[in-house]
Amino acid sequence: MTENNSQVEKPKKNSVAIFFSEITKGSWLIPVLAIFTGLVIGGLIVMFTTEGMYTSFGEGEVWEGLKIGFGAFTDSFEALFKGSVGDPAKISAALKSGDDLAIRRAFNPFLESLVAATPYIFAGLAVAIAFKCSMFNIGAEGQLYIGAIAATFVGYSVEGLPGYIHVPLALLAGAVGGALWGMVPGWLKAKTGAHEVINTIMMNYVAYRLSEYLLRGPMMREGYSPVSPFIQDSAKLFRFFKDPIRFHLGFFIALGVAWLVWWFLFRTKWGFELRTVGANPKAARYAGMNVPLTMVMAMALAGAMAGLAGANEVMGVNYFLAAAFSSGYGFDAIALALLGKSHPGGVVLAAILFGFLSNGAIKMQVMGIPVDIITIIQALVIIFVAAPAIVRTIYRLKEPEQGDEPLVLAASPGGD
Amino acid sequence: METILELRGITKRFPGVLANDQIDLDLKKGQIHALLGENGAGKSTLMNILYGLYQPDEGEIFSGGKKLEVYSPIDSINAGIGMVHQHFMLVPVFTVTENVMLGDEDLRGGLFLDREKASQRIREISEQYNLEVDPDMEIRDLPVGIQQRVEIIKLLYREADVLILDEPTAVLTPQEVDGLFRVMRNLINKGKSIIFITHKLKEVLAIADHFTVLRRGKVVGSATPETFDEKALASMMVGRDVLLDVERKPADTHDQVLNVSNLSVIDDRSQLAVDNVSFSVQSGEILALAGVQGNGQTELVEALTGLRSPLEGNIEINDLDSTDYTPRKVTELGAAHIPEDRQSDGLVLPYSLIDNLALQTYYQSPFSERGVLQQDLMKESAERLIENFDIRTPNAETRVGSLSGGNQQKVIVAREFDRDCNLVIASQPTRGLDVGSIEYIHKRLIEKRDAGAAVLLVSTELDEVLQLADRIAVMYRGKIIDILPGGEANKEQLGLLMAGITQEKTQPI
Repeated sequence: MTENNSQVEKPKKNSVAIFFSEITKGSWLIPVLAIFTGLVIGGLIVMFTTEGMYTSFGEGEVWEGLKIGFGAFTDSFEALFKGSVGDPAKISAALKSGDDLAIRRAFNPFLESLVAATPYIFAGLAVAIAFKCSMFNIGAEGQLYIGAIAATFVGYSVEGLPGYIHVPLALLAGAVGGALWGMVPGWLKAKTGAHEVINTIMMNYVAYRLSEYLLRGPMMREGYSPVSPFIQDSAKLFRFFKDPIRFHLGFFIALGVAWLVWWFLFRTKWGFELRTVGANPKAARYAGMNVPLTMVMAMALAGAMAGLAGANEVMGVNYFLAAAFSSGYGFDAIALALLGKSHPGGVVLAAILFGFLSNGAIKMQVMGIPVDIITIIQALVIIFVAAPAIVRTIYRLKEPEQGDEPLVLAASPGGD
Repeated sequence: METILELRGITKRFPGVLANDQIDLDLKKGQIHALLGENGAGKSTLMNILYGLYQPDEGEIFSGGKKLEVYSPIDSINAGIGMVHQHFMLVPVFTVTENVMLGDEDLRGGLFLDREKASQRIREISEQYNLEVDPDMEIRDLPVGIQQRVEIIKLLYREADVLILDEPTAVLTPQEVDGLFRVMRNLINKGKSIIFITHKLKEVLAIADHFTVLRRGKVVGSATPETFDEKALASMMVGRDVLLDVERKPADTHDQVLNVSNLSVIDDRSQLAVDNVSFSVQSGEILALAGVQGNGQTELVEALTGLRSPLEGNIEINDLDSTDYTPRKVTELGAAHIPEDRQSDGLVLPYSLIDNLALQTYYQSPFSERGVLQQDLMKESAERLIENFDIRTPNAETRVGSLSGGNQQKVIVAREFDRDCNLVIASQPTRGLDVGSIEYIHKRLIEKRDAGAAVLLVSTELDEVLQLADRIAVMYRGKIIDILPGGEANKEQLGLLMAGITQEKTQPI
């Protein structure tokens, strides 16, 4: 795209341009094919679980049965598309009618998918940052709860602040809450070597029960249980459109934070330390880096991201905190980070994919296709991403050349 | 003499590399045939083909005139070919007999191991070839030299006629090397044949009946050693003239840079690894710390560089007490450290050369301004170092993991020597490198010394120690048992000291 500029003085690439070029270069073919394969197999599962097909088979109408099965296959993808992107027919009809509400309803599925993607972006970053430091953050879910609790508390208890102070303050509270929750297992790992996988899982349980206790006690909305009071209007994230569109500022904050995380990881000395400790802790120690401190920092940062995911849901979507309000974002985030290869840009793309899938699933459910299909598709996609050899075998792709021969001078595929 | 093994036109290609190119090799019965070449010359590929681990793309193998098909190590063992790998394949808690029986168990009544019969045969083999191995000892109680003989017995037990020894002397003391050479002569006198893989020139001249030199996958020479000297062999191996003896002026020492007094260090298992050690290194001299691997050198260096806290004692660098300093503070005092294990400690293999070359300075100005990395400057500096230190790489963005061992070491040397440093701690700086790279590293060390740095060289290679050192400290079981002037020491004396045998004399320190 920049070939035209080659005669002119070579333009200094700004970081945004580098950010996007890093997303697009590298081996993204495998994830794309993995997603495609997952979708197709998911569709086949829908097809083979369609009762009508077998009824027709039973009546000897094989051709008719196949038609019904294939119909279910295409119907499910149509539903997925209409539910996550929108119904082209409805959109054109609404535009013709000029009715505001109809237009908003027609465009809502697409924007609602972005709303669903937002917490995925934050939570995916929480796992990806820890991955970059060679740690497995299974605790994003717990950190998310603590972030949500902190943001909710600041959201309803602080009164009389203007929005431009209250919103950042509540977000900050969410980030700090998550950071503290992430720091504990990080600190335990750095000081005692206790494995972060076990400790983050345990911290999840503590977070769930703590939130339930708070919502039934100190943070209970009067007369209701277990929910918190509504947050002040000044702590709500700005919504760009009127009802029913819930699309809010959080999506753009998430994109900005993803860019900041990328910048931090690849352009600052602390990010360099974090990645070095992840890539080779012995070399990091040799080079004078403080390995334990870096681990704690990485986990705190990861926790802050998950905390923001919780704060985002409270401040942008729900406006209050309810027990068990998260539908497992913190766990889906692990898959997301894998899919995005732990790169902030990749995480954003993977999160948007997950947002579209989970939003489209609602429409599929309305059509009578079990919502589990979406979970199955997500699982299949992850399996194919995690086992690239399968995808390579299916599509006859060549092995990446990474021989142990010392004479081969293969260039790095980018990333770090 | 009859030819027992014939390789004809062996060719093996890997993606982008011709590892073996039309290689011919003849092994005569009762012969020691040395296979000589730098790292990456194709020695290992060729032997793995012979051993059945790789299949050649072209070429044939003949044994006693018959064409030989080897598709797995089992085929090669059946054809009477056996290999002793550089890293032994022995179970430490098993006895010699049990290790030898592994994979070829003699059974009594089809169910029970017949240890008696096996150990009787091992005793016979041991006597026949004068190996002096007790079949009832456990492997972990045996010294490395004897463990190697157990590996040889394993092959003889399976009636191998051709023995491939892969760099067998790399792990041995000079005395053990002499022992191995005696064993090798016994073997050929009894009609066995040996392929001896090495890159040590002296050993070829000492023991081989015939040698073949590989360079970049091709045979560049094959002859008997009588008419050759080290220099001729080296230039054949490298493809150009090599300076084997480093030219150096006498040491010009003045200030004391490193001073270690009464230092004791414990290892990871809380054993005393360094036991009350005292020494000092002056600027303008190379002090070599000689000794067999595992006598406390690693822990000593870790203590000096701040990677391990000492138990007792003091370390002073440039007259500052650095005993409790962190690695970074030691570096900032002006110490350069070439770590023992370059791949696991000295480099981040998935990183580019740019990042690896900045590993010690990334946090300082000009590479880091208010926490933000100045990547243009890092790249410029990397390109300058690649040029100055002659690092062979496609470009500065290349992953360090894809470079050859010699070039990886050059990256470390470039990074460490480019800083202002007056103390160099070099741990096994040439281990596993080829002749050309060794020559290069030696030259750089001497340069640093001549420029007034104090150099502490930890090495298990006696040739290297004798070539470079102004003074030689010998370490044995955590103690420095003697410090000798470099000019006066000889190999035998050092070998005895390394085995812990001191003459009756007071220890000058």
